[in-house]
Amino acid sequence: MTALIDVENLTLQFRTDEGLVTAVDNVSFSVGKGEVMGLVGESGSGKSVTAKSLMHLNAKNAVYSPESKITLHTEDGPVDVLSLRRPGELKVVRGGAISMIFQEPMASFAPAVSIGKQMVEQLQLHSDMSKAKAKEVSIEMLDRVGISDASSRFKQYAFELSGGMRQRAMIAMALSTRPKLLIADEPTTALDVTIQAQVLDLMKDLVDEFHMGIIFITHDLGVVAQTADKVAVMYLGRLVEEGPVRPVIRDAKHPYTQGLLAALPKLDELDASLTPVPGDIPSPLERPPGCVFHTRCPKYLGDVCREKDPRKLEAEPGHAVACHIYTGEGS
Amino acid sequence: MSETPLITTRGLSVGFNIGGSIFGKRILKAVDKVNLDIPLGSFYGIVGESGSGKTTLGRALLKAVPITDGEARYDDGEVSYDLTTLEGSELKDYRKRAQLIFQDPYAALSPRMTVRDIIAEPLEVMGLTKGREETDKRVREIAAKCRLNLEHLRRFPHAFSGGQRQRISIARALVSGPKFIVADESVAALDVSIQADVLNLLKELQSDLGITFMFISHDLSVVAHTCDHVAVMYLGRLVETAPTRAIFEAPRHPYTKALFSAIPSLDPDERGGAQKLEGEIPSPTNQPSGCKFHTRCPHVVDQCRKVEPTLENAGSEHEVACHRWKELLAAMPA
Repeated sequence: MTALIDVENLTLQFRTDEGLVTAVDNVSFSVGKGEVMGLVGESGSGKSVTAKSLMHLNAKNAVYSPESKITLHTEDGPVDVLSLRRPGELKVVRGGAISMIFQEPMASFAPAVSIGKQMVEQLQLHSDMSKAKAKEVSIEMLDRVGISDASSRFKQYAFELSGGMRQRAMIAMALSTRPKLLIADEPTTALDVTIQAQVLDLMKDLVDEFHMGIIFITHDLGVVAQTADKVAVMYLGRLVEEGPVRPVIRDAKHPYTQGLLAALPKLDELDASLTPVPGDIPSPLERPPGCVFHTRCPKYLGDVCREKDPRKLEAEPGHAVACHIYTGEGS
Repeated sequence: MSETPLITTRGLSVGFNIGGSIFGKRILKAVDKVNLDIPLGSFYGIVGESGSGKTTLGRALLKAVPITDGEARYDDGEVSYDLTTLEGSELKDYRKRAQLIFQDPYAALSPRMTVRDIIAEPLEVMGLTKGREETDKRVREIAAKCRLNLEHLRRFPHAFSGGQRQRISIARALVSGPKFIVADESVAALDVSIQADVLNLLKELQSDLGITFMFISHDLSVVAHTCDHVAVMYLGRLVETAPTRAIFEAPRHPYTKALFSAIPSLDPDERGGAQKLEGEIPSPTNQPSGCKFHTRCPHVVDQCRKVEPTLENAGSEHEVACHRWKELLAAMPA
């Protein structure tokens, strides 16, 4: 598979009044063309911050470590994303080759500008299309994502559309510039299950049609199982497990991934009680030393977990896990 | 359960006036002729998409929106109230007995009050305790019950995670000693890891304190795990009610079936086999004739467009409102 984006040793801290807060800690992954990666974790695990780094979209107080490197492979050669500075240069990662869909479609559209006008505006920003051509492309795109009567919807405002419709319009807008990589940040969390199923279907079709890569951020492992080719599980800024979707879901290695799977209500085991992951995710200000998960880990091995950061091991080809159970350093 | 149900409604309707002229008002029917029996001590699930009227139904039972038509009765063995006419001191007493837990624990707690004050407020407002000492004692009791750290009572909500905040909201709802709690999407905003913890807490309260829960949710897998009874709503109507096991093993209404098959499966090899619903729930201001689900139903026939089906018996405590359920059942491959 041709690589689309490579993230290497991404470490990101935020400068705050209370000191440097580590949000992402030495994360590496890559996404190829036509590949869907699910990025999974609780709130506060650093999923969204990681995704925003790919568009160089984090707040001004973000500090990237010198080792951090994000390379986007475009037709005009590789682009070093973190070295981009001027708005003109950033255009390629912000809506050009990379587009993003957010969780709350109501908050992502400007309320007082019609959907169509917003679509035309961004198309003109990223290409040399005429206004008429941009309008034509926009309407075509709205039609493509399953919005009926697209030319009249084009003139409407975000509040006039239902939740599912708004998310479709958001997808249409993100895809109209033909991005190579789509980042979808919890795109179906605010939707009903029936509408969620429709939107997921649509996204799968679009991957096939446009052959783009997708980074799908979610906390719902069911959604990941249904859409992703590979999965990366994050906890407190670390990647704790990654691999192809089948082994990770069927035979999770890391206690955190196992915990997430056990906490999920399953329809075929109605009598089984739900097992929460004990405790809460610690504040990033109080990052535990050693393995970041040791404060909540049911398989805590003692000193080694508290003191030593587990290195990443391959449990099987392509399926990596960072846990002392497998490093053998605990015994 | 042969006892009198805690909540009984017959033909309960809630309409909102949305304008109109002297020639007639325009009424939006959010809840339409609902018959419900919530058994004492049960965990009763209400399921449906956004816009199906589940929240309005919950609020009507709490007397937070006016009931426009039909009957609703509350009977916990000690008192029995007619919810349509309840007022004055009886209404005040009902407020103690019936409480609400909200969806978003970030919006439901005042950022300017300490956790202790948040939990104590219902006691002070309703005058349930005689002095600060008694209030404090009660607050500590409830906080411990909800597994809150007592040292945290002096802190403000911003210092807590989503799961802890939801436990604070639960403590606030519990402090007046209610018999009936409406939990409106109470775990929808939480991570799965935390969600299980809050659900287990609610189940514990049901069995330890004998509280009856009306659990409103759009997440069927959560409902399947927690509730004893489930009622499925669509556009203000009940379309199917049954004990949880019956409805999950043998859903009868096409809408219920579609809701189940829309749940993403954890099995990566089971992709896309589901029966998908087309389109979206129609606007309640412009409701379809006949069966309200006919615009999206894969099994629609002419009769569905003209005649509205009523709930009929489909097994023990299992009721379904569909013209064709028997026919579809017979046609189903065994």
